[in-house]
Amino acid sequence: MSEQDDPNAPGQNVPAQRDDTGDLIATRRGMFGAAGGGDTSGYGGLVRTVRLPGASSRPYGGWFDEVADELEGALEEQGLVPATVIDKTVVDRDELTFHIEREYLPVVARTLRDDPALRFELCTGVSAVHFPDDKGRELHAVYHLRSLTHNRLIRVEVSAPDADPHIPSVVDVYPTNDWHEREAYDFFGLVFDGHPALTRIMMPDDWQGFPQRKDYPLGGIPVEYKGAQIPAPDQRRSYS
Amino acid sequence: MTPSPSPAEASAAPGPRETTEGAVYTVTGGDWDEIATAAAASDDERLIVNMGPQHPSTHGVLRLILEIDGETVTEARCGIGYLHTGIEKNLEYRTWTQGTTFVTRMDYLTPFFNETAYCLAVEKLLGITDQVPDRATVIRVMLMELNRLSSHLVAIATGGMELGATTIMIYGFRDRELVLDLYELITGLRMNHAYIRPGGLAQDLPPGAVDQVRAFVKKMRKNLPEYDKLASGNPVFKGRMEGIGHLDLAGCLATGATGPILRAAGLPHDLRKTQPYCGYETYDFEVPTADTCDAYGRFLIRLEEMRQSLRIVEQCLDRLEPGPVMVADKKIAWPAQLALGPDGLGNSLDHIKKIMGTSMEALIHHFKLVTEGFRVPPGQAYAAVESPKGELGVHAVSDGGTRPYRVHFRDPSFTNLQAMAAMCEGGQVADVIVAVASIDPVMGGVDR
Repeated sequence: MSEQDDPNAPGQNVPAQRDDTGDLIATRRGMFGAAGGGDTSGYGGLVRTVRLPGASSRPYGGWFDEVADELEGALEEQGLVPATVIDKTVVDRDELTFHIEREYLPVVARTLRDDPALRFELCTGVSAVHFPDDKGRELHAVYHLRSLTHNRLIRVEVSAPDADPHIPSVVDVYPTNDWHEREAYDFFGLVFDGHPALTRIMMPDDWQGFPQRKDYPLGGIPVEYKGAQIPAPDQRRSYS
Repeated sequence: MTPSPSPAEASAAPGPRETTEGAVYTVTGGDWDEIATAAAASDDERLIVNMGPQHPSTHGVLRLILEIDGETVTEARCGIGYLHTGIEKNLEYRTWTQGTTFVTRMDYLTPFFNETAYCLAVEKLLGITDQVPDRATVIRVMLMELNRLSSHLVAIATGGMELGATTIMIYGFRDRELVLDLYELITGLRMNHAYIRPGGLAQDLPPGAVDQVRAFVKKMRKNLPEYDKLASGNPVFKGRMEGIGHLDLAGCLATGATGPILRAAGLPHDLRKTQPYCGYETYDFEVPTADTCDAYGRFLIRLEEMRQSLRIVEQCLDRLEPGPVMVADKKIAWPAQLALGPDGLGNSLDHIKKIMGTSMEALIHHFKLVTEGFRVPPGQAYAAVESPKGELGVHAVSDGGTRPYRVHFRDPSFTNLQAMAAMCEGGQVADVIVAVASIDPVMGGVDR
């Protein structure tokens, strides 16, 4: 192997990214999940960037523009600047996502629920996602809001850094989020400020740590199957 | 609340006597009459009663914490988490295809809804929603509707049993057994099927399945009126159910309750009609509602939904056309058809002969696809189906890898159970059972 073919040199032997657009959230190196040992596979130099769909520009298409217009208009009526409230708007796979700055979440939720042109009456709860490599935005809280009046579904996404995992609670707007926010706290350590009783809901009250964060191990023991040792699930080969 | 000790209590519990061995407490008979009189005079009959988590009438390991004043429930809270098995976390360590094996175990009474919702989300992420073959979609709908029957049958059966109506229980489980027999015929298992896979189905219907399903529909049409005869007009049954577990439309929307609870409040919201998936817009069926907002209305809705499900199953059988049951994309579809071997269901011997004997590339491809899995483009998707209990939503996030980055299930049981307090507070203790049964929570889905 000549020096030119050194797999560790940047830009060499790297498969082209299928798509260089979008927001970079992580960079993965190597393959097979091998870490801390010599690179015997020859794949150690692989670099893969993880990019989630980035901000879309208008027109968003369909009723998405109408909802975005109404939301921006309603925010302006309340004396807010939409550009500071809405971080970005993403249209991907026929779904509309508003990324909201976390301090404005309650006012946005109330607007989405109460504005007659929006009327997202039903919140389907909050789902948290942990992106440990997305610095400053490690923890995401994702809300899916359904409008029964207009028969629409949108997604509202809020992020918080690991160092300050606080997000305002929307329980006073959507009481249904009571348990959902407790669940997100239980599994991700997201603190929902203003929640009436933010306690663990699934795990025992004295549990240490937040199990669904990416740095929390799955656990498990190796098992024997037909004479061979099968490692625990989180120790098995992975294709990063 | 700690009332200040009365003189009677002080005399009944003398202080400790210090000895060389430590403090010795002497407990004597005391004058209990005095204590009883004092307790009666304090007018504090508040009791906190723990029901569950091991209790036959709480639908699995649900813990109810009831504050009781006489026979009246003044406050009601749920304790959940006893059946948490970390399925969402486990999914992140398996391939996308293996995911169905996990999600089918969430709400174990609605396995096909879990599988379909998960697969719809994965297919949305892959962008292959339109490529799923018609036959696979029709079989999915048929299985979901059969599943709606079996789930509602358990809801009605266990709900009846908790009232002491054991005949309904026997009837319900008798009929559910017929549905489970169909599952076993079609998927090989009575529960935990993992039959619906991203891109289609694990395998096609076995020979004779269509006839069996037709025979079942015929039999079920005969059995369903028995519930009406037995329960719907029964004054005792109505007496226990009417006006119990009241939750109106505003309460439903606030607590996020969907499914029969929402429809019993008069709103005909059914995702099969409002946001159709799997081609539900082409099926002819009705969405029953009630305006009673109570347990009886929910019971009637479940009964009517079973009739509608039978209609849909029949339409599925009529439109089943021969064809593939998996997407054509060989990068997603597992190459082998399954066959019954001496050690259980596995890859067909013909396929093994082909990949081991004649095609090295096919062997490599098969191995890579099964062990590594397919890659899913980065992004997130939300797919929702109308499960028997309400909106079952799946939020799936991919980072472009071969494993789910995050999958969150919005299980209707979990959300609906929050309405328990609103339904029970101010009512009788005995009605708590009826109200919880009308929510129909399944703890496998609540705790995941």
